[in-house]
Amino acid sequence: MEYVCELKNISKRFHTINNETKAIEDISFKVEKGEIVSIVGPSGCGKSTVLSILAGLEKPSGGEVVVNTSNIGFMFQKDQLYEWRSILKNCILGLEIQHKDTEENVNKVLKMLKKYGLYNFRNYYPRQLSGGMRQKAALARTLAIEPELLLLDEPFSALDYQTRLSVGNEVGEILRKEKISTILVTHDIPEAVSISDRVILLTERPAKIKKEYIMEFSMCEGERTPMKCRNTTEFGGYFREIWRDLDVSGK
Amino acid sequence: MYQESSKLPKVENKDTMKSDEHVSKEQLEYLQSIKREKRFIRVSQILFLIIFFSLWQYAASKGMIDTFLTSSPKAIWDLMFKFIVDGSLFNHLYVSTMETIAGFFLGTSIGILVAVFLWWSEKVAKIFEPYLVILNSLPKTALAPIMILWAGTGFSGIVVTAASISVVVTTMTVYTGFMSVENDKIVLLRTFGANKNQVLRKVIIPANLPLIVSVIKVNIGLSWIGVIVGEFLVSKAGIGYLIVYGSQVFKLDLVMMGVFVLAVIAGLMYFFAAWIEKKLIKY
Repeated sequence: MEYVCELKNISKRFHTINNETKAIEDISFKVEKGEIVSIVGPSGCGKSTVLSILAGLEKPSGGEVVVNTSNIGFMFQKDQLYEWRSILKNCILGLEIQHKDTEENVNKVLKMLKKYGLYNFRNYYPRQLSGGMRQKAALARTLAIEPELLLLDEPFSALDYQTRLSVGNEVGEILRKEKISTILVTHDIPEAVSISDRVILLTERPAKIKKEYIMEFSMCEGERTPMKCRNTTEFGGYFREIWRDLDVSGK
Repeated sequence: MYQESSKLPKVENKDTMKSDEHVSKEQLEYLQSIKREKRFIRVSQILFLIIFFSLWQYAASKGMIDTFLTSSPKAIWDLMFKFIVDGSLFNHLYVSTMETIAGFFLGTSIGILVAVFLWWSEKVAKIFEPYLVILNSLPKTALAPIMILWAGTGFSGIVVTAASISVVVTTMTVYTGFMSVENDKIVLLRTFGANKNQVLRKVIIPANLPLIVSVIKVNIGLSWIGVIVGEFLVSKAGIGYLIVYGSQVFKLDLVMMGVFVLAVIAGLMYFFAAWIEKKLIKY
């Protein structure tokens, strides 16, 4: 099996003048090509730090990071669309930075916008779009550089519940169809269960891997969508199992 | 860079009614009430100006105020007419405006360049911060005599004085703006592999464009202050020269005319800047 990235015994400490915090202690996992992995865990346990380390934005204090691609897409909780750029201009931002904003690539982006129902809004400014559309535009911007590894840092948590469900469903479908290797950090267990192939549960700070779960649903791979997963009997089982292991009750 | 050929569509909120749809009576009334209010404000503004000058003129002609100290609209107008006819008003106006524009560009561009430099090197910024703070709180007009001695008593001295008034506050404001760009916006670019130069051009500058435009608006006024102060100190021509000369020979007509012309030209330049802002910032 081919892997896009691997973390080997990663640890991370944060330093301030007053003290040193151990955020991560010994985390190791691999992500297969085309696999969608979710990381869940208690709030503030260092989930996002794992992504930052993978993206090369932060150096680990110990351990080894192997990323078999230089083309990483990163998506944030807030869409981070630049309000002074039109939607299309926002979506080709990454291409511009990497000097790949050729006619051909821009046409690809336009096609993508068509698919996401954003084509008619391509010349609008971000503030004129709803939260769900903005987040889809942010996804288009991330996918425009055709990343081989996609890192999603709670990408739907700023959306209202209904939008989160529908955008989460759409994005999940896209990732699965395009076979994009993805790591999704979320605190929404149903979201993690419905979207991913595997869920990694972290402990409280300093974060270690508490348990891993393989998400298998009784449907053909081609038919699997997050929304359909939510309607299966397995869904409830996975949710209860992870919720029990997360053990946040009474805190 | 990729350019979209089609023009920007008319921006309309999804919820607003299109013009071809039926517009309710209530909506029409609402629109009319807004129009009415706008008109009322505009008319009141003009009326205020007319009443102000009328009262001034009335009081002056009835001898209720001492025209030696207050002048009168008619006297100012007559004087201005004379100055316009012999062309000297335009000469003074030209001198002052050129000094202001030069001082403005010098101060604003150096201010922004220094801000970019400080943003580029955080360490340099930290080292120079206390000095900038002191320079910023210093009344810059106190520096005017030094500037004029250093840069010359003519055009250049006045331009440098004008620039010195806006440069530090420009640096401080723009640098603060640069530093307060949301960090994730920069991290986003870094995930695309952007270098520092790209971060500057693609996010730091564009994110601060509205701020820079408002700095420009303020700097126009500041440059005028510098020019007038400079002309008070040394000059052979200019609006500041007219004002200071007028006060020295107790010709209040001349002083008032200078102030009036100054108000008009400064206002015009401000509206020009506001127009640029509208063209530049569409989002």
